[in-house]
Amino acid sequence: MRPNVKGSIRQRLLFMLLLSTAAIAILLYVVVQSVAEQITQESQDNILAASAISILDSARVIDGEISIDLPYSSLSMLDSVTDERAFYAIHLNDEFLSGYADLPRIKNLSDIPTFQSSAYLGEDIRIASTRRSYSTLEGQAFLEVSVAQTLTGLNQSISRVSRLSLAIGFGFFLVSMIVALLIAQSTIRPLHSLTEAVSRRGPSDLRPVTAPVPTEMTPLVASLNSLMIRLQNSLSRSEDFIAEAAHRVRTPMAIVRTQAEVTLRRVEKEENRQTVREMIRAIDESSRTAGQLLDYAMVSFRTDDLAKEIIQLDALLAEIVDRLAPLSELRDVTITLNTPEKLKIVGDQILVQNAIQNVLDNAIKYSDVDTEISILLICKNDKANIIVKDRGYGFDNAEMRDLLKRFKRGQNAQQVIGSGLGLTIVDDIMGAHGGAISLSNNQEGGACVHLSFPL
Amino acid sequence: MRAFIISTIMLIISGSAHAFDVEDRKVFKGHDGEPVLRIISTADISYFAPMINSFRATRPDVTIDYTVASSTQVMQAIYEEKQPFDLAISSAMDLQIKLANDGYARKHTSYSAQDLPNWAVWNDMVFAFTQEPAGFVISNKLFEGYAIPKNRQELINTLRQNPKKFEGRVGTYDIRKSGAGYLFATQDARASDTYWRLTEVMGTLDPRLYCCASDMIADVVDGTLAIAYNVLASYAEQSPYIDAFTIVLPSDFSTVMLRTMLIPSTSKNPELATSFLNFALSQTHPTETSTMLQTKSLRQAKQSTLTRISLGPGLLVYLDYFKKKHFMEEWENAILQE
Amino acid sequence: MRFLLIEDNELLANAVTERLSLDGHIIDHANDLSTAWDYTATSSYDMILLDIMLPDGDGRKFLEQHRMGKSRTPIIVLTARSEVSDRVGILDLGADDYMIKPIDFSELEARCRAVLRRRAGAARNTMSFGDIEFDALAGTLKINDNEIKLRTKELRLLEIFVNAPQQIFAKSHLLNRLFPFDVEASENAIEVYVGRLRKHLGDSNVSITTVRGLGYKLECV
Repeated sequence: MRPNVKGSIRQRLLFMLLLSTAAIAILLYVVVQSVAEQITQESQDNILAASAISILDSARVIDGEISIDLPYSSLSMLDSVTDERAFYAIHLNDEFLSGYADLPRIKNLSDIPTFQSSAYLGEDIRIASTRRSYSTLEGQAFLEVSVAQTLTGLNQSISRVSRLSLAIGFGFFLVSMIVALLIAQSTIRPLHSLTEAVSRRGPSDLRPVTAPVPTEMTPLVASLNSLMIRLQNSLSRSEDFIAEAAHRVRTPMAIVRTQAEVTLRRVEKEENRQTVREMIRAIDESSRTAGQLLDYAMVSFRTDDLAKEIIQLDALLAEIVDRLAPLSELRDVTITLNTPEKLKIVGDQILVQNAIQNVLDNAIKYSDVDTEISILLICKNDKANIIVKDRGYGFDNAEMRDLLKRFKRGQNAQQVIGSGLGLTIVDDIMGAHGGAISLSNNQEGGACVHLSFPL
Repeated sequence: MRAFIISTIMLIISGSAHAFDVEDRKVFKGHDGEPVLRIISTADISYFAPMINSFRATRPDVTIDYTVASSTQVMQAIYEEKQPFDLAISSAMDLQIKLANDGYARKHTSYSAQDLPNWAVWNDMVFAFTQEPAGFVISNKLFEGYAIPKNRQELINTLRQNPKKFEGRVGTYDIRKSGAGYLFATQDARASDTYWRLTEVMGTLDPRLYCCASDMIADVVDGTLAIAYNVLASYAEQSPYIDAFTIVLPSDFSTVMLRTMLIPSTSKNPELATSFLNFALSQTHPTETSTMLQTKSLRQAKQSTLTRISLGPGLLVYLDYFKKKHFMEEWENAILQE
Repeated sequence: MRFLLIEDNELLANAVTERLSLDGHIIDHANDLSTAWDYTATSSYDMILLDIMLPDGDGRKFLEQHRMGKSRTPIIVLTARSEVSDRVGILDLGADDYMIKPIDFSELEARCRAVLRRRAGAARNTMSFGDIEFDALAGTLKINDNEIKLRTKELRLLEIFVNAPQQIFAKSHLLNRLFPFDVEASENAIEVYVGRLRKHLGDSNVSITTVRGLGYKLECV
């Protein structure tokens, strides 16, 4: 099943990191910008104040009259770095003395320079004003000096600072972005390695994860492990359950069957004997079905995680034939095994054994008394071929294709005990091994089952 | 002859609109009547004509109306009367700065020589296209037998030791009448105290005070003056009687005046003014070897002794009413020793 | 044959005992492992039939300990577990064969014979009656040093007679013992096999005589 995907931790982490980084970068930009603006403004103010004070300092009261000897530097200092237009105004109380009469005046002056931004002659300016008290003929008077300059340099500095702080902010963001990428990467790494460790496992590997993980992942790994344990428990419990159930069912069936066989001995009347025989057959049928259902489940499970063992086919065939000998003997069926070549394949021994056994079981079941089953193992077309021929009823041509399907039984097999799963199991096992099963009828009668395994 | 007639007619026609005093005027007629570039300048026609003519070679269609006025009249025309001149050329750096500072000049950033030296441009409004040092102009005849003073101190010594010889034969600007004289005086005073000592020494010798450099040169040439102080070397060099005097750039320091141009905000044809400005600047910059920037005496002077007057609001200080009054008083006290 | 049946289900044990005794076998039944150990210590058996799930332990433990002990008695495991892995494990632990419940007694007998034959190897295990010498495991009949190879059904039939000479066997009884329950065979088939045996025994002093209305018996003339 495809997981229900919603978002990505890495992306979310990255997003959050970048978001916060961007916020910090913007904050950094704003702070640097405003601090720098303030500093620039302050340095401009300081120069303006110095200029105004130098003018005030040049003022003398001579014979009760104010005389002002403007120092050259008072205005030239305003222009020392960048070309600035400079303005000044000198007032004694409210009487205009010199400079630019219409320069805006700042109200509520004190001895400490006061600053104000304004506009004059169509340009933005910054004004510094200060005043000092002098005693003149008319008595105590305030000499007020205002110095102003245009903002070319200030604006230049601010835009330089702006570019710089933008660069700082952007640079910070860039560096942080790389760091964020690395952080996101390294944060996700343990998750990745856990994922890899878990997905590398086979489906039956339910061991708990023991590789070291970061603290934050311990709850996940703990629940994963507990899930594994529960799964294992539930699996083994269900295995135990099936085994237990089989045991519980098989034992009473065994009792009934045995008693039925005893009864069969005692009953003389043919119709009664027939009834008992049918009873026994029914018991055998359900027993066999149960067995094959379990086998089928086992096959499905094992083919998911196919073992890769080396199987010596000739030896395996001999072993199977040996084990089936009593059965064939019972039916006076002779099995001849012909293995001219020692062939090895790679696969799951239990499954391959199961497949061959199923085929031979069928052959024995459907064989007539005093006939022969021949098994041939040969290498052909780069494949290991097992060809099982019997002298039974053979397959109905029309049904041949369907026989490999689940619970399909041949029309001519109604008299024989079977579940209809045998060939399906064989087909599944062959498929899992990259092999194939093909069914046909012999020219001289009887069925031919052909199993081919890749070498 | 034709140009003269036209200029005279124009003078009469437009003269009625002028409240400021026009010293001279010439119209350099282009192919068509239009466009007209109106220049107001402190420089004589003869001095500036070569520049105008070389511009006209590139723009034969342009008519140039060249008006000569004193620096204060240039100020008057633009500052007070807001006459629609397209270009103001003046040697009065302080007044040019005042015009620009007070918003009477256009900003102009597209000048071709972007690498104009910093000293040659202020606020993208005032552009310097000459460097003109001021020096001593010494009469060869009257100084016969005397060592030519090389600096102010030597001049002071020479004057002190020969008061009889130089009585009434020393000339300098009357800074009350000459803007250039005032500019040189204030810059000299700023540069060194020697200025005041020299002024005091001159004051004891009943100095002659002049409004204009040309008069001073003329008086040196005809022997009225033995020495003229703070005469623009560039002017003196152009005198036809150059053999009669020696130009000395003082070795202690020589104040260098910059002749500047600006485009008044009243200009009706700023694009044309811009192209003329660019042309003039390209003639004089970036190489300072241009004739306008480099006079003979300037070339010979020791670079370290040259003190360029810097363009900037510092120049406004000397235009301050109190400052000016104070300076004038001090100057008068020194020079007029009744 | 003498069997030890180790099976905790009383009903099944009784049924199996009854069923096997029908064929003339002697069965001891042990309910649990400890009883089984007691039996094996005191008696000897031809075959042990072992259940895996027992009240006092796992049958597999019995298998392991039995294999390590002196006794060579073969064991066929009767298990209710049908998983492949279980079956393989059982053989690995030393069982001679296994069968999944419910068991077919014809198959059990066939497997017993196969196990015993495998165990015997080349050793002869002959029975004599009159002048015939009979090896059930090898499937040979020897009359006056003349050895005849018998076919399965003939062998089985002769074995029944030799094991109980003089006993009269009904045709139906022989039918039950010779054919698996699901093979449709008539009493004529018995007559055919008896006829074949008589032919083989022609030169000996042993003969199968017909007891009219009752069946057949083996006699020494």
